Amino acid sequence: MQVLFALCGLVAVGFVLLITVYLVISGIPAIREIGLFRFLFGKTWAAGQDQYGILPLILTSICGTAGAIVIGVPVGFFTAVFLSKVASKKVANVLCPAVSLLAGIPSVVYGLVGMCVLVPALRNWLNLPAGDSLLAAIIVLAVMILPSIISLSETALESVPREYEEASLALGATELETYFRVSASAAKSGIAAAVVLGIGRAIGEAMAIMMVAGNVANMPALTRSVRFLTTGISIELNYSQDGSLQRQALFSIGLVLFFFIMLINAFLNLVMKREKEN
Amino acid sequence: MKKLCSLALAAVLAVSMSAVCSAKQKDTVNTDGSTSMADVMGALTEVFREKEPDITVNYSGTGSGSGISGVLDGTCDIGLSSRELKQEEMDQGAVAHVIALDGVAVVVNPKNTVTDLTTEQIADIFTGKITNWSELGGADAPVAVYGREDGSGTRSAFEEIVGVEGACVYTNEYGSTGDVIGNVASNENAIGYASLSAVDESVTAAKVNGVIPSEDTVKDGSYTIQRPFVMVTKDGVELSEAAQAFLDFASSEEAEEYIRAAGAVYPN
Repeated sequence: MQVLFALCGLVAVGFVLLITVYLVISGIPAIREIGLFRFLFGKTWAAGQDQYGILPLILTSICGTAGAIVIGVPVGFFTAVFLSKVASKKVANVLCPAVSLLAGIPSVVYGLVGMCVLVPALRNWLNLPAGDSLLAAIIVLAVMILPSIISLSETALESVPREYEEASLALGATELETYFRVSASAAKSGIAAAVVLGIGRAIGEAMAIMMVAGNVANMPALTRSVRFLTTGISIELNYSQDGSLQRQALFSIGLVLFFFIMLINAFLNLVMKREKEN
Repeated sequence: MKKLCSLALAAVLAVSMSAVCSAKQKDTVNTDGSTSMADVMGALTEVFREKEPDITVNYSGTGSGSGISGVLDGTCDIGLSSRELKQEEMDQGAVAHVIALDGVAVVVNPKNTVTDLTTEQIADIFTGKITNWSELGGADAPVAVYGREDGSGTRSAFEEIVGVEGACVYTNEYGSTGDVIGNVASNENAIGYASLSAVDESVTAAKVNGVIPSEDTVKDGSYTIQRPFVMVTKDGVELSEAAQAFLDFASSEEAEEYIRAAGAVYPN
């Protein structure tokens, strides 16, 4: 029996190793041919002209994720405070399942709604030619990361000892002061973990933003069409020739993305560890 | 039981081995060239494999130029080119056999009143010189330029023929022809391009220099956004029997159906 369990554990580890090794092996040749500096900091991505600079893609991924965090974290955090502290049991019983349902919606559906509702709306409001833009992607991503931010922050807030809040209230602080100064402060590493998890989800998303971002490798600007690291891979994979530099460069983008996600994961582990120690 | 199984397996293997050995040595035809012809070549080789199982047709997509020089240097049997041959190539003995024509339609939203464009206007739109439909006599609305991603055959065909290679300023890029048509159909400001065979009623195919794009206008050459798919051989070099059979099949009427299915126009 023990062997079976060990084997199951090994399968997961094995796949991680396999993917890592495969990505490194297939990602290195293009970087070597193009040159690391020119690959990471080149401003033009045009496979047709043999220009493979992914700076616009990297910056877009960073800006898009940051934008989603700026919108998603306040909304998610306040929702979490509302759910765990303010809302009556009845309201919470309706809202909680709704939040988990939001987490279960497939990303292609987010993209579809974004494409059919958000993009035309932005086109009309801002008088843009198309409406597919970084802004649209940020809004979609912000909604997509809400569930993980809400549920993680809520759990962190729930686990704050009741005595802390009671002591604060007894000292004359209002309820709001108590929630934001005492509860949130006690739960801050849990909330930080929620934010990092949101970043991880946002930077790895491809399908939904491919449908609303427009996919031209421009430098990031709110109302312009942009290409993320993830969508950069998926949009060109189909027609890139097997073994060509273009195909290899796509794997290199994957390697860069992998590196970003490892960085975020390491950071998340650090945050979680600190929370445990507290 | 186990022994019996392995014995049976060994027998099957032995039989199949001898079957392979006794089969006639396969002839191969090496074709090399245009990546845009991948679809047409895929369709043709697939059918040809069923017709002549003893002949293997290899296709490698390296680009029209290297396909033509390949056949001139004798490194492949048939070169594939998605442009007409240049004079110097013909001087070196290259012979063109046009097997199909590829038309690219410029599509706009059905509500757009601008439906007749010159090649120059199209180039200006796609390079970002014209940014508002009013400059072309349409509504006062910004132009949304939709195209395909780098590596797409339609994109390279369109940019090559209109003369805007690498100079296009796209508003959006999409991963498939269907996406381009769908998004042009849903945005009144949009203009895009798509293989002629994929255009449906949800969008308007604009006239180019006054000519409506259709199979007929592509065939008679009056619709200019088109290019030939050419099989290239070398004058004075006799093709192998297998290569000749493939070339004959590709230019026969029988191939029409498959060339059409691959999205190209049959030339005759």
